[in-house]
Formats: sequence, C-alpha cells, structure tokens
Amino acid sequence: MTAALASAIGEICDGVGRDPTRLLDVARAVQERFRCVSTAATDHIAKELGVPRGDVDGLVSFYAFLSREPKGRVVIRLSDDIIDRLHGFDRVRDAFGRALGIEPGQTTPDGAITLETTSCIGMCDQAPAALVNEVVVTDLSTDRAREIVGDLRDHMEPARLVRTFGDGNNAHDLVRAMVNNNIRAEGPFVLSELQRGEAVSKAIGVSPAEVIRAVKTARLRGRGGAGFPTGMKWEYARNAEPPDGSRRKFVICNADEGEPGTFKDRVILTERADRVLAGMTIAGYAIGAEEGILYLRDEYAYLQRYLEHLIDERRGDGLLGPRILGTDFGFDVRIQMGAGAYICGEETALINSCEGKRGDPRNRPPFPAQSGYLGCPTIVNNPETLCCVTKIIETGPATFCAHGSPASSGTKLLSVSGDCHAPGVYELPFGLTLRALLDRAGAADAAAVQVGGPSGTMVAPDHFDRRIEFDDLATGGAIMVFGPDRDILEIVRGFMDFFVHESCGYCTPCRVGNVILRDRIARIIDDRGEPSDLDELETLSQTIRATSRCGLGQTSPNPVLSTLESFRSAYEQRVEADPDGFRRSFDLASSVCLTVSPDARPSSGGREPSP
Amino acid sequence: MNAPITITIDGVEVPATPGQTILEAADAAGIYIPRLCYRPGLEPYGGCRVCMVHVAGRACAACTQPVSPNMVVENDTGELQEQRKMIIEMLFVEGNHFCMFCEKSGNCELQALAYRFGITAPRFDLFFPKRDVDASHPEILIDHNRCILCAGCVRASRDLDGKSIFHFTGRGPDRRIAVNAEAQLAATDADVTDRALDVCPVGALLRKREGYRTPVGQRPYDQAPIGSNDQPEEA
Ligand SMILES: Cc1cc2nc3c(=O)[nH]c(=O)nc-3n(C[C@H](O)[C@H](O)[C@H](O)COP(=O)(O)O)c2cc1C
Ligand code: SF4
Ligand code: SF4
Ligand code: FES
Repeated sequence: MTAALASAIGEICDGVGRDPTRLLDVARAVQERFRCVSTAATDHIAKELGVPRGDVDGLVSFYAFLSREPKGRVVIRLSDDIIDRLHGFDRVRDAFGRALGIEPGQTTPDGAITLETTSCIGMCDQAPAALVNEVVVTDLSTDRAREIVGDLRDHMEPARLVRTFGDGNNAHDLVRAMVNNNIRAEGPFVLSELQRGEAVSKAIGVSPAEVIRAVKTARLRGRGGAGFPTGMKWEYARNAEPPDGSRRKFVICNADEGEPGTFKDRVILTERADRVLAGMTIAGYAIGAEEGILYLRDEYAYLQRYLEHLIDERRGDGLLGPRILGTDFGFDVRIQMGAGAYICGEETALINSCEGKRGDPRNRPPFPAQSGYLGCPTIVNNPETLCCVTKIIETGPATFCAHGSPASSGTKLLSVSGDCHAPGVYELPFGLTLRALLDRAGAADAAAVQVGGPSGTMVAPDHFDRRIEFDDLATGGAIMVFGPDRDILEIVRGFMDFFVHESCGYCTPCRVGNVILRDRIARIIDDRGEPSDLDELETLSQTIRATSRCGLGQTSPNPVLSTLESFRSAYEQRVEADPDGFRRSFDLASSVCLTVSPDARPSSGGREPSP
Repeated sequence: MNAPITITIDGVEVPATPGQTILEAADAAGIYIPRLCYRPGLEPYGGCRVCMVHVAGRACAACTQPVSPNMVVENDTGELQEQRKMIIEMLFVEGNHFCMFCEKSGNCELQALAYRFGITAPRFDLFFPKRDVDASHPEILIDHNRCILCAGCVRASRDLDGKSIFHFTGRGPDRRIAVNAEAQLAATDADVTDRALDVCPVGALLRKREGYRTPVGQRPYDQAPIGSNDQPEEA
C-alpha cells in the first residue's frame, strides 16, 4: 500500500513537472485518488516536491475539499446557506442522514459514502442543492434524498443520478448536468450572442494603449464586487516592470464565485465562456501578458472538461497559442482548480492559491498589478468584467455607455434567489431600482432584500426605490429575497456562521471578532440578550470592519450593522433587561454544574453557537 | 531614491527613509505605536492589527505600510486606542491566559499591553478553548493555550534559522501553530539555540528551565510599562 502510494505520488508530481507551485493540484489529485491526503502522503509529497512538510500540511488543512482522514468513495456535500435553509435544507439534511444512518461530518461504516455540509455551491436558484462528488443535484426534497441514497447504494456512480439535463450547454456532452441556467433577462452585452474571434481580432488590430483607452472610455468598473475601474488597473499592470530577468505578466480570471447567493458566473461560464476567454486574451494583449489562469472554484468542477475543450478549440482557431491570428502576439490559458475556500476569491488569496499555497490574503502594498502571481505584474478580473470588455471592443465604448446610469455604465448580471417566483439570472442596465427588479422577479411581498450577499446590505421595503449601481446599492450580483415570515436574526446568524467558517484566521479582529459577533446574535435569538447588547454589537462590528486585514473581515459585520440600522425592531423585540437586575446572558445553572465536560466548548472557538 | 523624507505622526514631524514602514519610522523617532506581531528583524506580518493607524483618514497597519513623503499619520487617537484595546481583549478571550501561573508574566507583551490599556476584565465571554501543550522536546515547550498566532516563530525559523520548523495549520478560528513533523516538536530538528525561540511575545514558545531565572517583580514590564521610554528594547 505505501509503495503504491509512493509511486502514485511520484507520478502525480511528475505530471506537474515537480513544480512546488503546483502543490494544490498535487494535493487535489492525491485526494481524488486516495480519498485523503494522509500523514504518509503528506510526507511523500513534501519529499517529491522538495518543500517543508509544513507547506503540505498547512495547505491540506486550509481547503475544505482536502482532508487528512479518508472520505467515502462518494462524498455528498449539502449546500448550506440561508437560501438553502429557506427551501428546506434541514429536512433534506435529515433525510440524507436517516437514509445513510449517519450525521453530517460522518462516513458510513463501510467507508462508501460521506455526508457533509458545505458553504453555498452557487445553486441558490435551484435550492436546496448538493454536490455528489462533482455532480450537482438540485431542487432536492426529502423523497429525492432517499432516492439518491438508494441509487448510490445500488451503483455508486454519481453521474447516473442525473436523469434529465438542464438547458443550454448544461446538456453538452462534456457537461451533462441537471443544472438549469434560469436566464430571465438576456441583456445586450454579457449574455448576447457572439461571433468567435471578432473581439480578439478587433483588439489586436489596434494598439494595446488604444484597447485600454476604449475600456476607460467605456468607464468599465469591475463586476466582482469592489468596482475598481478596469482600464486603470490594466494601465498599472501595463506600466509595471516584471522582476529581474523575467518578462512575464499574468491575467487571472476570478471564477471563484463564492459569495452566497451569487451564481451568475456559473451561467456565464456555461453559456458565454468563449467571451471570458476572449476577454482574457484581450487583457493579455493590453497589459503585455502571454499567460492566463482561469481560477475555477471546485464546486464548478463539472464545467472543467467543457472549459478545457473550449480552450482547445480556441487554440485550433488560432485565438489562443503562440501566434494569435498570425501575429506576434501569443497568449495561452490554463485552468487552476480551487479546493473549497471562499477567501480564495479575494484577489491576493487567489494568487496564493494559484501558487499552490494556503489561501491567506497578502499584505498590500505591493498590489498585484505591480507584483502578483510569482512576483510578476498580474491583473485579476471577474468573468463578467471580461465579457464586458469583449463587447466594448466589438461595439465601441459609446454603445456600452448608452446603457446604465451616468456613474455606472453598462449592464449588471444579477443572481436573484429566495422568496420570489422567478429566481435566476437577470442582465439589466445599471441604475434600475430594487423595486423594479423585485417586480420582474415576482417578489411583490418581499419584506427584506439582501443586496450583495452576506457582505452586502439588508434593505427594508421603505428603501426599495434605491438603485442598483456603484454609488448606491453596489453589488457583485447577489440579490436574496426574504418574505414577511422570515426571521431577520436567523438570517444574520446564518451569514455570521458563514464568515466564521470562511475566515482565513490570519488577523485577530476577523478570526476572533466574528465568533464573538455570531455568539452574541445567537444569545439574542435564545432570548438571553440585553438592551446593552445592541450598542456592544455596534462597537464590535465597527472595530472588526475598521481593523481587519482584507475585504472579508472589513465587510463581515455588514449583516449586523445593516440590520441594526434597517431592522432595529427585530433586535429590540428580542432583548430586555432582567427584572431582578441580573445579567440575562449569565446562566447560573450551567455555571454551577461541577461536571465540566472536556469538550464543553469545541476547540474551534465554536463552529457551533456557544451553549 | 533613499533621500530622507518627512512624515507627521500625531502632529509631530519625524524624519523617515523611503522603504521604511510607519512603525519603523516611529520607533526611530521614539514614538510608540502599540504592536504585537511586529518582531524587529523579521518580515512584517500584519496579523495582530494592534498597530492600526490612520493615514489620510484611511486605516492601515503601521507595521506593513511603507512611508511616503509628507504622509500624515494619526496614532494616538481615542478611536484607535479603543479599537486596539478591543483587539487585545479578543486575544485574551480567544486563548487561555492564566497570567498568575505563567512563567512569562512580567515579560509578556500581551499582558503588558493589557496593563497599558487598563484592561482588568475582558468584556467578552472567554472561549475556554481546548488546546494542547507539546512538552515532547527535552529543552523546548509549546503551550498552545497562550499562542496568539503572531507567526513570529514561523518567520524566524524559516528566515533566520533556515529550518521552517513551525507553520500554520487550519483556518479561521481553527488556525494553530504546528511543527514540521507528523506529531510533536521532539521529532523535528528544533534546537535550543534556534533564534525562533527568542521571538515569542507571549509564553507560548519557551525554553524549559528558564522561566523563573529572573524573579517576578524584577522583570522588564514589572518595572516600566510597555512602550515607555525607559523600557529596555530587548525584553
Ligand atoms: C472575501 C472576498 C471574496 C471575493 N470573492 C470574489 C469572487 O468570488 N469573484 C470575484 O470576481 N471577485 C471576488 N472578490 C473581489 C476580488 O478581490 C477582486 O476585487 C475582483 O476579482 C477583481 O475583479 P473585477 O475588478 O473584475 O471585479 C472577493 C473579495 C473578497 C474580499
Ligand atoms: S480579514 Fe479575515 S479573511 Fe481577511 S486576512 Fe483577516 S482573518 Fe483572513
Ligand atoms: S508560538 Fe509564540 S511566536 Fe509562535 S505564533 Fe504563537 S505566539 Fe507567535
Ligand atoms: S504589529 Fe502590525 S499588525 Fe501586528
């Protein structure tokens, strides 16, 4: 066995040229083959790649889809986010548990099937959903859960769980997924039909400076959430010098799409990946890069073969490779698979992940445009941003600016989910009101809308006339709709669970502060909150926001802050002063209990809310 | 390129050199900015966030932010001191810090900062995590209960000792220090002369049998608060 392990790992390492920066690929391959990266495997990998053992261990312990202990041959990962919870996640989880005779986090005694929960898998428009190995199953019910377990027991082949394919390329031979696109509004840019080669040939017909100028004239801002002006980013990278002795620069497409409630990149990659690849190529031409990386979250592994096929096709058509359309400009793309970590969507964490490291964000400066992947100038862009670029090149900046609002040109893809009749992807011009969107989505009785995912803003009905644009309700695209019966504090707790789970833990305020926040919310939900809690929540939130090291911690208190502002009565109804002047949070009974269980508090600082 | 520049910290003009961080320039000028994960001579880490300052209204970590000409830095403001205090409290509740039994007492930067910031009892509930002690090595002790994850040992072992004995494992609240062996420190090539053993700001990584060489009461922070001018540089 150990000999087999050693030789398999040797082969896997050979497959990546024994390049230590491909450690993540190696670990993923070992995980797939041996269902874990065991202690022995960790030693072998370290030896083969010539890196400290700690590099391998640190990496394996970071990513949710890698494990030290063996997993079952089939791993069922139930998507656990607030939208799945609205649609019956609890019942589905219990149905799986009962059918398998295990709890989430466990593997059946025969080692066949593991049941787990995982953060949002990007299927909120068809929730509850799950991954069975890399096969996506959607619209789950308790009946379907039992059927799936029965079928797996029968044949242990996740692919056979898919009986009908979804629309569009979901039915492509290399995808074969039951996922549906749910495209509800096909706008003029991102989701529009394209003619392969048009954008790239137009771009390389002009100078790189002119390409950048067009992107600037179109006033294109990043679609991934932060809204940074794309042309400016490209100009920095164009002017940046690669480190000594190198001419390398890089274009990275950030398809990590991990913000719960966002799934529009999934649809782009399914239907318009050609645009994304064209956009990457144009970016490469503009900044002087010859290499691109498409970082694909592991949850979208079902798209990997199809995307590789497209890359091959484009090579065949002279649109990727050493001499694009016969010119001296060469550009090629590789796919980097993630391994389950929301933080890897943060661009410097993403770069670390591409280098085969833990996904801890980096200190800035230097910024990626100066020193990014392998220390070379690097731009990171969202797939939607890259699609916009292709359209700007195809039709000219003026056409692009003719849509949207003055400060926010063009269209935005919105992922709408939750309590509405028409969940799905809408490509609509910037500047539309939230109300207009809710009308289209059939959400007339919405009582609260989370714009921008957990890190965004919870909007109350009296603010539904606010506009979706960078200067008002900025969003990477997630629109989660909550009806009148939903409990605001439960939603906040769900979001805080997510941040605690996805924090990288590098800096104090995010690692510790979010646990405290989450536990305070839980205390209020448990009717042990006091009026003074509200002010304390506020100061704690402000501190986390002001002092955290990266965007995750800087936005993680937003659910608390924005609901304290817009839904204050939800808190006020739940907190009260104790009539006898005791602290309600103090539980006398449990404090005088002398038999302290050694596991009184999980060592995790509490993945579970504190008792 | 390296011509001296001037920056302003809390209204005081101080000289600085390009390439310096705000914290280094402040130290050179005798201005104290509270800090924990900053370790002189090691690559800045930016993890504890105790050294947060404001530059033109924007928050940044003084230990990682490079100086630039005419930069205006706010350091000693009520808002920043409150935030720092809260961060120190977070570190206290996250681990198990029983100062009265700790051999590092009086020589511990976390404890000293708590005194400086007037923290008597933390306002947050203690986590009481279950953490391990690794006493396997004959001469070195790791007590994870007291570790504040400052990465001092990680950086020093990698960059000064060339050994990479320490690394981080896990993420989020589960992040811990681990050693470069399957199990414990005894199985690594850690040595009592390693410089990594000199950098721990708290009592988490210690040489054995040295804890009480200096009697309690005569230790650096027993004599003068951390950050005061008569504080010896090397504790
Ligand atoms: C915690 C965190 C997660 C992020 N996740 C994503 C993501 O999944 N996709 C994305 O495009 N940007 C994400 N971002 C933003 C990226 O850091 C970066 O700003 C973006 O990819 C830049 O592309 P754009 O300018 O085209 O929007 C994330 C940021 C943070 C702080
Ligand atoms: S804010 Fe959170 S995710 Fe970002 S570096 Fe700090 S601990 Fe890591
Ligand atoms: S053991 Fe000490 S030096 Fe190492 S990370 Fe923990 S607190 Fe820092
Ligand atoms: S000293 Fe600057 S972040 Fe720790």
